[in-house]
Amino acid sequence: MIEAARRAVEAARKAGAGEAEAYLAEDSGREVRVHGGAVESLTAATQRGLGIRAWIGKRVGYAYGTDLSASGIASLAERAAEAARIADEDEFAGAPSPDPGAPVGLSDMGGEGAPDGLSDPTIGEWSTGQLAELALEIERAALGADARIVGVEQAVYADSSERVAIASSTGIEGEYSSSSCYGYLQALAESAGGRETGLGFGLGRGPAALEPATIGLEGAERALAMIGAEKPASRACPVVLDPTVAASFIGLIGRGLSAGAVQRGRSPFAGRVGEEVAGKALTLYDDGLDPEGFASSPFDGEGVPRRRTPLVEAKTLRTYLFDTYAARRGDASSTGNASRAGYRSQPSVSTSNLIVSPGSLGFKELLAEAAEGVVVTDVAGLHSGVNPVSGVFSVGASGRAIRDGELAEPLREFTIASDLVSMLRAVSAVGTDARWVPFSGSVKTPSLLIGEMTVAGS
Amino acid sequence: MSKLIDSEVAARVLSRALANGGEFAEVFTERNAGLTMAIDESRIEAVQSGAAAGAGVRVISDGTTYFSHVDGLDPDDIERAADEAAAALRAERSAPQALGAIAGTPQTIEVPPAGVPAERKAALLRELDERARGAGGEVAQFTASYAEAHREVCVANSEGLFAGDDRTRVRIGAQAVARRGDLVETGAETLGAHRGFELFDDDPGAIAEDAARKALTLLDAAPAPAGSMPVVVGGGFGGVLFHEMTGHGLEADHIQKGASVYIGKLGEQVARPLLTAYDDGRLPNEWGSDGIDDEGVPTQKTRVIEEGRLTAYLYDGVTARREGVASTGNGRRESFRHLPVPRMTNTYIAPGEAEPEAMIAEVERGFYAVSFAGGQVDPATGDFVFGVSEGYLIEGGKVTRPCRGATLIGNCLEALGAIDAVGNDFEIKTGICGKAGQRVPVGTGQGHVRIAAMTVGGTEV
Repeated sequence: MIEAARRAVEAARKAGAGEAEAYLAEDSGREVRVHGGAVESLTAATQRGLGIRAWIGKRVGYAYGTDLSASGIASLAERAAEAARIADEDEFAGAPSPDPGAPVGLSDMGGEGAPDGLSDPTIGEWSTGQLAELALEIERAALGADARIVGVEQAVYADSSERVAIASSTGIEGEYSSSSCYGYLQALAESAGGRETGLGFGLGRGPAALEPATIGLEGAERALAMIGAEKPASRACPVVLDPTVAASFIGLIGRGLSAGAVQRGRSPFAGRVGEEVAGKALTLYDDGLDPEGFASSPFDGEGVPRRRTPLVEAKTLRTYLFDTYAARRGDASSTGNASRAGYRSQPSVSTSNLIVSPGSLGFKELLAEAAEGVVVTDVAGLHSGVNPVSGVFSVGASGRAIRDGELAEPLREFTIASDLVSMLRAVSAVGTDARWVPFSGSVKTPSLLIGEMTVAGS
Repeated sequence: MSKLIDSEVAARVLSRALANGGEFAEVFTERNAGLTMAIDESRIEAVQSGAAAGAGVRVISDGTTYFSHVDGLDPDDIERAADEAAAALRAERSAPQALGAIAGTPQTIEVPPAGVPAERKAALLRELDERARGAGGEVAQFTASYAEAHREVCVANSEGLFAGDDRTRVRIGAQAVARRGDLVETGAETLGAHRGFELFDDDPGAIAEDAARKALTLLDAAPAPAGSMPVVVGGGFGGVLFHEMTGHGLEADHIQKGASVYIGKLGEQVARPLLTAYDDGRLPNEWGSDGIDDEGVPTQKTRVIEEGRLTAYLYDGVTARREGVASTGNGRRESFRHLPVPRMTNTYIAPGEAEPEAMIAEVERGFYAVSFAGGQVDPATGDFVFGVSEGYLIEGGKVTRPCRGATLIGNCLEALGAIDAVGNDFEIKTGICGKAGQRVPVGTGQGHVRIAAMTVGGTEV
């Protein structure tokens, strides 16, 4: 693969690019969807594509395509150069250079310090029949959990084995493989007033890491817990975010910690490095090398080595996250946080794996600490209810009431509102129940207790 | 039409797809090309040119769909995809019917955007930038994006269908950030269509001023109220409310899985008689329109609610076959890499009789949601939530102060039944709808609509 990437760099130089970078990705994946004890669909596919970033002076352009023949690569290179000619000059534009301190090797696992175990080699040994059985087991576990579970909207298994190669005219070269898989279901519980849904999910490097019964039971339990839910009274009170919900908010906070957003004045965290931005219980870091993290890789989307970057420690914001462009512009070093959503996207600054360090209180102790308030187990409308520039948010929520320090009646159809910085400062305790959640980037977090937040219901 | 796949190749692919049995086989081919660019900090950047071609082959047997897709349109590769789709089947070979080409009726495109010099597209973005920055000194930042996409599709199936479509879409979006001291507010607006560059003949720069005006207005906003009250929803993108709270629940896959609050409601009164609504994939040049859907079925106009009575669900081929009804032309997919699922096209509440001003004047204390940043619904429970991007308080029948940070939250059937006025104004706006991991362009439309009571989630308890 690296050969094709090198050829693409050459083609871009020929097309008039001063510097060029080629990113090649090949992915094979399978997906099984089951419903009502039968397989609904089975998908098997391989895809391969190439993206070329071309610099002409201080202008940069990008082109991607799937035609990897010599003529296909040549035409792609032409289009990348053409795109660069359309762009305006940007004094900070330029190709990343290899980091002499942390060479990126050509081996599967990258250079020294790169994470081991990004791939499960046994993933290919699972037949589609076995994978279908796994998905069916997820569904069965939910249906067998309780008579009130009347159905499963869908149970899904999906996996992906990816190989990535990158080469640039400045001497960056690297290649790695990784694999991932997940299973999830949406269980339906019948209640007097209608139906309740509950999501269960699990993830790993390969199907052997999934526990189908646990996934099915989680979906069932979440749906059952919502039966009879009502609106809470509007008020300001302590709020516990369970790990899935906490992960969504941590993901949003991570977006605001991108130097790209900060430099363009579009982050609520702009100008706050060195300031107190969080409760003292909260420690947050970005780690692109954690072997368990789905976003882990030896190098980032432009070939810069991944690393671990502390973001919030001892209440204080330590740094933002940088790619090469943002680092040049901010007179900093890249933190290896150039991310891509595949070959169709050019790199931009983004979190890798965001991790909240576990605290000291178990879930029950968090409830006791809150004494009276609300546990949020699901949020909706994150993409429309959060202003990423100001950090102000109001999102739909459901969950459970906390009374006398214990779980009480289920709650639905309410909103929680605050802003990201105030919420982070109001974190008063952190749980021990950390878990990986893949919905808002790759995040690992325990439950969080927020001292006070506005709850709007009836 | 048959530029993508030769009819003989298609017939061979279908035959191989059914080599191990199956009731139905289909080959979907596609070639697409697009250009996107943005202006940020008054600089043209993120210029990106993309192209892809490929095919997806599916076989349906005993209710199970076997699917495989490949990059590229090489006949050998497509036949291999057919073999792969058929690989898990173990039955007797079945034979596809002979293909009969159907002439499609693609939307009319006057000026193909690919032929327009890139500099004109950049100039368009520069105009947006100037217009937004000219809207007020408190406009601190402005970004705008331009996107064009050309997509040719051709689909053939074992029932003899052989049809194609040629689709061109252009869209611009504007986002303004206004700042006053520590206060930061944003405003956004878009303009898009299934149309050529002639879409920008009128006054595309107006969306930049609209985005700036929204952000500037919010600088004077007070925190949104929290609680239950009458809500007047604005026209155009206000239609996303109907899209979320009714449209998704009418998609036949949700119905068949027991995951919709509209199950068993066909023929029943779900809204007051003043409400009639449609899904219409044929509307000329609208963002959600196509000549055929992604299974080759001509798009159509489906009345989903007639004077408050629920009249239709939205079907793709699989869900229609399951019930022995005809597809409503709503089988859509993001690309050849995806399986079609029932999706909306352009969904809208038909204009009513009320004057928008009068609808507001009748409200003693309420909320006026002019536009949304988006929304989300759980079709199974009917619970929905919408982020309000531009909203005002209504006091004594008058629109008074702007509010920030408001969210509307409620339950589909309750809210639908609570619509007590539909305005005589009308507009359709563009949206990108996500479902089952696939994003497709949809139109959402309506005039002003009033909901007698709904929960507004703000910070002002």
